[in-house]
Amino acid sequence: MKKRQLPERTLDTVSSEVFRPTRRNFLKVTGMLSGGLVLGVSVFGCDEKGKKLTYLTPNVYLRISSASDITIIAHRCEMGQGIRTSLPLIIADELGADWSKVKVEQGEGDEKKYGDQNTDGSYSIRMFFQPMREAGATAKHLLIQAAAQEWQVPVDECDTENSQVIHKGSNKKVDFGELVEVASTLPVPSAGNVRLKERSRFNLIGGATPIVDLHDIVTGKATFGIDAAVDGMKVAVIKRCPVVGGSVKSFNDQKARAVPGVINVIEVKGAGLPATLNKPLSGVAVIADNTWAAIKGRDLLEIEWEFGPNASYNSDQQIRELTKAVAKSGTRRRVRGDFKKALAGARKVIEHTFITPYLAHATIEPPCALAVVKDGKCEIWACTQNPQGARNVVAEVLGLTVDNIKVNVTLLGGAFGRKSKPDFIVEAAVLAKESGLPVKVFWTREDDLQHDYFHALSVERAVATIDQNNKLSGWNHHIAYPSIGATADVSVLQPSDGELGLGATDFPYDIGAIQIETHDARSQLRVGWLRSVRNIPQVFTVATMMDEVAEARDVDPIAQAIELLGGDRNITFHEEMVDGTYQNYGEDISNYPWETARMKAVIQRVAKESGWGRRLPKGSGLGFAAHKSFLTYVACVVEVQVDANNKIIIPTVHYAVDCGTAVNIDRIKSQFEGGAQFSTSIALKSAITLKNGRVDQDNFDGYQIIRMPDSPKEIHVHIMESDAKPTGVGEPPVPPFTPALCNAIYAATGKRIYTLPVDLKG
Amino acid sequence: MAQYSVEVNGKSHTVDVLEDMPLLWVLRDILGLTGTKFGCGKALCGACTVHLNEAAVRSCSLPISAVGDGKITTIEGLDDDGRHPLQQAWELHVVPQCGYCQTGQIMSAAALLKSNPHPSESEIEQAMQGNLCRCGTYNRIKAAITSVGSAE
Repeated sequence: MKKRQLPERTLDTVSSEVFRPTRRNFLKVTGMLSGGLVLGVSVFGCDEKGKKLTYLTPNVYLRISSASDITIIAHRCEMGQGIRTSLPLIIADELGADWSKVKVEQGEGDEKKYGDQNTDGSYSIRMFFQPMREAGATAKHLLIQAAAQEWQVPVDECDTENSQVIHKGSNKKVDFGELVEVASTLPVPSAGNVRLKERSRFNLIGGATPIVDLHDIVTGKATFGIDAAVDGMKVAVIKRCPVVGGSVKSFNDQKARAVPGVINVIEVKGAGLPATLNKPLSGVAVIADNTWAAIKGRDLLEIEWEFGPNASYNSDQQIRELTKAVAKSGTRRRVRGDFKKALAGARKVIEHTFITPYLAHATIEPPCALAVVKDGKCEIWACTQNPQGARNVVAEVLGLTVDNIKVNVTLLGGAFGRKSKPDFIVEAAVLAKESGLPVKVFWTREDDLQHDYFHALSVERAVATIDQNNKLSGWNHHIAYPSIGATADVSVLQPSDGELGLGATDFPYDIGAIQIETHDARSQLRVGWLRSVRNIPQVFTVATMMDEVAEARDVDPIAQAIELLGGDRNITFHEEMVDGTYQNYGEDISNYPWETARMKAVIQRVAKESGWGRRLPKGSGLGFAAHKSFLTYVACVVEVQVDANNKIIIPTVHYAVDCGTAVNIDRIKSQFEGGAQFSTSIALKSAITLKNGRVDQDNFDGYQIIRMPDSPKEIHVHIMESDAKPTGVGEPPVPPFTPALCNAIYAATGKRIYTLPVDLKG
Repeated sequence: MAQYSVEVNGKSHTVDVLEDMPLLWVLRDILGLTGTKFGCGKALCGACTVHLNEAAVRSCSLPISAVGDGKITTIEGLDDDGRHPLQQAWELHVVPQCGYCQTGQIMSAAALLKSNPHPSESEIEQAMQGNLCRCGTYNRIKAAITSVGSAE
């Protein structure tokens, strides 16, 4: 296996990694399986009663004890997507384990050991399906060898089932545990030399497996970041500068220190500008015996701030400026044909400007981290999506080597990209070091909404031309939004190729002229990524425009999508990119092609399942949108009813999804159900605005997310049968839902939506 | 600071805390009952829902001094074995995604079924509208409550 030496990852490169998961960790993982450990795979330990046990540990993900206990390591972070269940079940399936007896253990942050742990970009299953299969199959291989030796039968006659090796001819059976001692003396085969199960024999993959944490969650025993605790732990709450990039000029903590329970008040140094993706904001921390004392102490801090250049920033004003900017010519990023010519020859031109606001992640569990710094070492417990990234930056900030930092990953009470950023973990580490106490940093809701790494606002102008033959002849998409890159480097003024590849430059329709242009949008705020990232505004623009184009052409929007996708073909995009590349979510497009046949198939499926074209009463309508993101094909039909008071009800949603091989049907469905709800918030409820650099919203009254009465009533998820390589499902449900809903609102009311969130009264 | 005697899950505790400390922090920080979650601190999200006698209350906004001799029930005390019909229904429907808001959801649902054992869909929606779920598990929450509410 060829090994590449790549630079150590820093959080500042995370933004590009979200869109481009590196393959280096995959190489390491398979390298490890292929003989990093050849022999000596047994370790020793004791069970709870002190009985001595031997363990077979053929790789870092799996441990089988001589008592037949199977422990599988979940090395990626659980935030509700079900990954603590879905990756382990792949190992268990290949191994032939009795799933009901498998224990799942969370791996600490250690990418040298486990491979990529940055749980982001919907690529856990995509990246680890094959390594997990190999990990299970490797252990199975060793166990079968051991049994075959014992029974003096050919290996080929043996198989595994229910945590036993079975000899098919004689029906002899032996528990895995009894084979551990012998199996652990055998050479570990290379990953390429283990036989994988035939797909028809999968018993967990493709099924509906409940999540492993289910009982702990419903009984309140599950441990989230906020629940982590150690003896002597104190709680810190931080007053951060209300303006990004500002800093503490001076402060008076006399009153804060007078609150019973307050122990210490410590200034936290901020990153300044650029705000960075990993460093804290400037602020003053109050450390107390309990959370309430810390909150009360913080309320009594008197702080004078130096606000810095963002003090004059207004989001409404930036939207006005960007609206003017996108009216002009911009930087060409993808060009096909001659748009000017298409415009000149057009029978009809449709042109609109689309505006979407800043959004906050608003995880119900706010950021939270516990740190203990002692004897030159630091141990962390945190709800992090990126434990290795946290480890690296804590090492840097504390001046310790990475080996001296341990990051334990708790369950994440929602994440959606927010908890990729380790700023809150750095806060805990710094305060633990300076105070000499175990410190848990707690963010209130106000802290979370006002100091998030926001999903950036966007202003986009789209122009579509229809020619004399009633064909869509030209597509021109102008885009302006603060790039994620600007958070680490304020000189970045335009979207990256990665950001544009999320719904803009991957415009898939086969028409004569395509021109994608970008414009400057300066930002010095903390801009980050939110579930499906730039797909949110860019697909809102594309898919609502396409609905209007279909209407102007007097064709059905679904028939139009099938027509414009054209014949069965693989789209590459690369050759039309101007001085750039189409990044295809970090995958080589020859391995993960953009297949029009698969997109057409999900569109046809959703049309059939939703009863597309059915007649609905006045005030009701159906809307359609389709989009491929994170390499998964999705088509969506939303039904709405709008009453005389403009109240929007969503009776049904239908999704058709092609994510290749389906690993856990139940979690695929739950991600789509949740994705529809998440997108409903984006479409109808949520907006962050800033005045004078300060965020206007500070709790769930100002920043609204969807509540049960307004949420979609029925969500049907239709999963395509496929043997193709599996792709992600966490983010793909979000992008097409919002435009499908807006198109349905148009069908119901005759009102087109160009600005989010929807305001039918305005 | 003042001393308060509170009854939580059938057990009496004496705590010495600031008089305005919300019940949420008494439960979590003083008594170590972390199944009740923080979400907003302003009774806007329902993550901190517990029962005060029979009623669902937002413990983040209920000062300890206002609890008096009311009986508090948290998720830990809803059922001794964690097998309350709603907990079982939640497992059957695999309701949770991240799971963080679910204890509050279950406590709200349990209070609803106490006062209205067979709620309609719109009654469920009204009763549960104070509980936010960012993962979007509303459909399964509704299905789980309906399955218990329609059982005899």
